Amino acid sequence: MTTVTSEETMRTDYTSRLKDHGGLIALAVILVFNIIVTPNFLQTQTLAVNISQVATIAIVAMGMTLVIATGGIDLSVGAVMALSGALAPLVFLSDFGQAYPVLGLIAALLFPLLAALVCGLFNGIIVSVLKVQPIIATLILFISGRGIAQVLTNGNLQTFSNPEFSYLGTGKILGFPFQGWLALAIACLLFWVVNRTIFGRYLLAIGGNERAARLAGGPVRGVKIGAYVICSVLSGLAGLIVVAINSASDAARNGNLMELDAIAAAVVGGALLQGGKAPIFGAILGAVIIQLVKYTLLANGVEDEVALIAKAVIILAAVYIQQARKE
Amino acid sequence: MLDQNAFDMRKYISRNPQSVAVWIALFVLIVFGLLRYDNFGSAYNITSFLNYNAMFIAISVGMCFVILTGGIDLSVGSVAAFTSVVAAYLSPYGIEVAMPLAILSGVGFGLFNAVCIVFGRIPPFIATLATMLGAKGGSLVISGAQTIAVDWGSNFTQLGMEKAMGIVPWTIVLVGILIIGLWIVLEMTSLGRTILAVGGGEDASVMMGLKVNRAKVFAYALSGGCAGLAGVFLASGFGAGQPLEGVGWELSAIASVVVGGTLLTGGLGSIPATVAGALLLGLVFNILNFENGKGWISFSAYWQMVIRGAFLFAVILFQTRVMYRRPNAEFAK
Repeated sequence: MTTVTSEETMRTDYTSRLKDHGGLIALAVILVFNIIVTPNFLQTQTLAVNISQVATIAIVAMGMTLVIATGGIDLSVGAVMALSGALAPLVFLSDFGQAYPVLGLIAALLFPLLAALVCGLFNGIIVSVLKVQPIIATLILFISGRGIAQVLTNGNLQTFSNPEFSYLGTGKILGFPFQGWLALAIACLLFWVVNRTIFGRYLLAIGGNERAARLAGGPVRGVKIGAYVICSVLSGLAGLIVVAINSASDAARNGNLMELDAIAAAVVGGALLQGGKAPIFGAILGAVIIQLVKYTLLANGVEDEVALIAKAVIILAAVYIQQARKE
Repeated sequence: MLDQNAFDMRKYISRNPQSVAVWIALFVLIVFGLLRYDNFGSAYNITSFLNYNAMFIAISVGMCFVILTGGIDLSVGSVAAFTSVVAAYLSPYGIEVAMPLAILSGVGFGLFNAVCIVFGRIPPFIATLATMLGAKGGSLVISGAQTIAVDWGSNFTQLGMEKAMGIVPWTIVLVGILIIGLWIVLEMTSLGRTILAVGGGEDASVMMGLKVNRAKVFAYALSGGCAGLAGVFLASGFGAGQPLEGVGWELSAIASVVVGGTLLTGGLGSIPATVAGALLLGLVFNILNFENGKGWISFSAYWQMVIRGAFLFAVILFQTRVMYRRPNAEFAK
């Protein structure tokens, strides 16, 4: 009997450890698979390509993680990307931007982020003051945000040549893409915010039990609005990066379906949809896994469509394991 | 179990106060259209409007059932795209074969959702998100990412063009039957009442011994089936299976349901108001077209998204006001 029990405890110990580090194990499996199968995988070029693509997903997924930590969700991230991405070229291609290139560049960075901030305020106020469910509240901007971006640009593709602005998406530091470093810096900052500041403590408390957080005198409204604002500003930044990579802004495609990638990355990274957990580096891990799966399939000649199905399986598996852990 | 008050107007309003907004808005918009545009009330405009919006109405009423259980179905757009391809492939065998099988394939996706949610305990948002990606991938794989032309020699395309008794297109007849059927199911059967009870309080429903799992499985399978029907409409209306269509349909459907006053937490809502919500969102586009035709202003098509979003916002504002005034604090939470 005793041997059976100890074996059982060992097994549960083993499975729980598997569940806790499922993301890392999945990453390791994908990496090993790629090293063996994918040609030219272990090259800095491959690494750089993947980093430049994963950075935008990771940046948005970190913001999404904060929103999910409050028990909410933000469907408007892709639309906010399109909006900020459409605004930047409008600013530096304007008469003012042409006449004062430096001021124009600064305005082209700040103005779109300001617009994104307003979007975040809008979402946050509807959710926390009007008490509308997050899916519905952010659905408003999901529908109309991209429309606004298309109205502003008349639906046209805006192409430009602005090396200073394009540094955001094509610049390199120590041989690695600038936006990768940017994502890393944001992750460190947010990690500190979540774990070491009062804002972060209340963020987790709201997701854990909103009523209790309110009764404890926590600034529930402010913190919730803050989460949506951070998420929107990060989405705006990601929108700028995408535009900078392409040296073109297409309001119809920029950030299209990003909300799904970001939610998937956050969930694969360990965020609980009920709230109360904000694994910032988990979001990056989730984004990396999703990007690597996409890359693995493409590099091995598997159709893009099958990659979608693979993504679906990953999401289901991640949440199923999470669900089992809770019980 | 017959609910004798189902068609009593005052009872309807008192039970669905948040649905009033959509009826008022729809009425105002129709009157506005009739007064301002000559051909707004023409038979041609009405039938082509309803014909085009039939697929959105179909997925909206299916979505309404899922939302009433407190869930959500994000997969409907992709499933409709998938079933449109299935219907196009089967079109040579005629509408009698293509339509039921396409709808069945939609039900299959719905059942997969149900299994993940009810037995796998995966949150609806995530499970249906995965199905959305899977169905999209699936439809691209089976179609080779190409539109699949339907067989014009068969009677498949008649669905969108032939008229029942020479007056009403078949699409509208079918969607009308669907609406009335589901209205009856929701208001007058124990299954419908169970669905409302599940959304009102799942734990309480379980303790009351209601067949909660059966109700949920039904709701998701129904939503998949409605998406399947929308796919058939899509294929017959456009003469081809469209693997790339359906993007954002799930959110339009959710918007219709919400505009119709159904609570997203479930337990409260109505089928007719959902249809009104879908019609309202469609009418915005229709009226924009007429306004452009007048030549006074020139709204680009992009404005319709902005205006739809604004509509959604206005209705939500109205709803929160109404719900705050309700004595039952449950809704103001």
